[in-house]
Amino acid sequence: MQVGLTHYLVVSALLFCLGLYGILTRRNAVAILMGIELMLNAANINLVAFNRFVAPGAVAGQIFALVIITLAACEAAVGLALVMAAYRSLETIHVDEINLMKW
Amino acid sequence: MVALIPLLPFLAFWLIVFRGRRLPGEGAYVAVGALALSGLLSLVILGQVMFGGRYQASMVWAALGDRTLTVGYAVDPLSAVMLFVVTVVGSLIFVYSIGYMRGDPRYPRFFAYLSLFAASMLLLVLANNFLVLYAAWELVGLCSYLLIGFWFERPAAARASMKAFVTTRVGDFFMFLGILLLFFTVGSLQFETVFAAVRAGSLAGPVLTLAAVLVFGGAVGKSAQVPLHVWLPDAMEGPTPVSALIHAATMVAAGVYLVARTYPLFSGSPDHVALTVVAYIGGITALMAATIGIVQDDIKRVLAYSTISQLGYMMLGLGVLGYTAGVFHLMTHAFFKALLFLGAGSVIHAMNTNDIKQMGGLAKVMPATYVTMLVGGLALAGVPPFAGFWSKDEILLEAFHHDRTLFYLGAAGAFVTAFYVFRMIFYTFTGSLRSHEAHPHESPKVMTIPLIILAAFSGVIGLVGAPWPVVGNAFHRFVHFEGAEGAPFDLNFAAISTAIAGAGILAAAVVYRWRWVSSAMLRRTLAPLYAVLVHKYWWDEFYVFTVVRPVVWVARQLRTFDIYVIDGAVNAVGIIFVWLSRLYRVFDLYVVDGAVNLVGWLARATGGALRHVQTGRAQNYLLVLALGVIVLAVIGITR
Repeated sequence: MQVGLTHYLVVSALLFCLGLYGILTRRNAVAILMGIELMLNAANINLVAFNRFVAPGAVAGQIFALVIITLAACEAAVGLALVMAAYRSLETIHVDEINLMKW
Repeated sequence: MVALIPLLPFLAFWLIVFRGRRLPGEGAYVAVGALALSGLLSLVILGQVMFGGRYQASMVWAALGDRTLTVGYAVDPLSAVMLFVVTVVGSLIFVYSIGYMRGDPRYPRFFAYLSLFAASMLLLVLANNFLVLYAAWELVGLCSYLLIGFWFERPAAARASMKAFVTTRVGDFFMFLGILLLFFTVGSLQFETVFAAVRAGSLAGPVLTLAAVLVFGGAVGKSAQVPLHVWLPDAMEGPTPVSALIHAATMVAAGVYLVARTYPLFSGSPDHVALTVVAYIGGITALMAATIGIVQDDIKRVLAYSTISQLGYMMLGLGVLGYTAGVFHLMTHAFFKALLFLGAGSVIHAMNTNDIKQMGGLAKVMPATYVTMLVGGLALAGVPPFAGFWSKDEILLEAFHHDRTLFYLGAAGAFVTAFYVFRMIFYTFTGSLRSHEAHPHESPKVMTIPLIILAAFSGVIGLVGAPWPVVGNAFHRFVHFEGAEGAPFDLNFAAISTAIAGAGILAAAVVYRWRWVSSAMLRRTLAPLYAVLVHKYWWDEFYVFTVVRPVVWVARQLRTFDIYVIDGAVNAVGIIFVWLSRLYRVFDLYVVDGAVNLVGWLARATGGALRHVQTGRAQNYLLVLALGVIVLAVIGITR
């Protein structure tokens, strides 16, 4: 069986849905961040797959993927820092308990 | 420098109004100082005018179409003499007032009003056109009103001030018409332009006569000539210095000054119609007022009728082409009448009553007042060499040469004048004191010194108009009018007029000094005449029936009309609108407010429902977002 674009896209979609599910269901902020990482990586798979199958000679997709990886690293750093800060002041990282801004 | 003369008292007025009691002498010294300074300037100017100097200045004030209104002043011999009289007599009366008004609760205000009066009067004298003259004319009228009603707590004073104001307004109305007539025929209010039009003949005939008579109407009101003389006796309710300054020496003479100032209008009138009107009004006033003076018991009212009578003489003099004589009498009268009034004030100050029948024997207690008033009385009666003789003799002489009827009026008046003034003097100063409550005393120096100075003037001022050998009549050379040169002095005639005055004094002495004839018996024998005099020829009653009652009746009718028709209409409109607005209120409450409240309620209900969507949990939002994307994707795919 020849592995084609569709397979990649299906994997990417599954990964995206997993990440989304994680974000929607988990109460732990760290787990939510992990979900976000999953979704970003799903996007990366898409980009690289399209680059490979649609325009084999070009590198734009790969470069985009690299940019997103970098971005994800930054996001993880900032996100974890926020989680740390929230924990220090609120002594919890459960997002449903962080409701100071609610009316 | 000329402009400073009225300006100084005017500044004093403002200063006293705003600083009042904080000024030296509670404002009195400021007023006296300002007017005395004006007096010095006036003397300097009088000196310069005597040697031929003339002052004249004008500026355009407003342009009405092709006509311009100018304001300005001019000094000629006539106004120089008037400046001298107003400032000198005024200063003396101001000084006198310091003593007379002492202790009055409105002391500074009195001097403020006096200063305003002096400023207005000087402005009136200096005016070189009808506009400024009219403005000053009304200003002096205002001051007169304020000062007659100075003791406005007294109902009589309040009524008198109103009467004076309204009566003179009647005359002023005619004068205003006259000024308008001149303005629309000549196109200018400058005296010079108007007189030039008269000389050139462009203003002539009946129009000129009408204008002159209308302007004379103002003089009749201000100078209290028949038939508008009724206000002056009542004006005696004011403080005595006011009566002396305004209602004897200066303001009431403004009417005479006006006629003299606008003399070309009168002398230019065809067949001397305007002058004849002036002369007859003056002659009738002179005799009528003098006769009323005989029966007055109030010392100030005697002098008030005397003033009216003397003003009549001035008018008579002007009317019979005795221009110089009229103006001369104005000047001499200002001095001796101010003297008599201030003397009367001194007597009133001592006696606390105006009734001469309460007085008597005051010559011994008040020698200074007695002697000065005697000088004033002799001057008024016309005994040589006192001031009144020279001027009155001249007027009678002119009348004699001009119109015999007028001469007989004047001569009879002169006899009566001597009679009533000496009746007053005998009642006041001779015999014994009739009142038992009074403790008369001589007045303070600040009051007697002005009396003495005025007495000196009354004694000698007439000599400037005497026919000296070699130099001749100095006053005549100074103030004269082309075409009204006047008759030469006549020794026989002077003897006659002195005899008339002497006869009057003698008659008064027979009745009131030596009492050979009892005054009660005279009153009984001449009962009808006495009734006429004591009722003042029923002038007041005449006005009550012909003017006051009808005016009040009309006013009442108008009031009724006002209340029922005009107020009714206004109220009806009001009621209609109240009902309309009640209806509109219902509409407003239920429809407009309802709509507004509905909008608010809707917004609130929507917000209430939707606020539950805002959970504050990012995961919920994200779920909705994801579901939305899925729905959109499904829609996109199935389409």
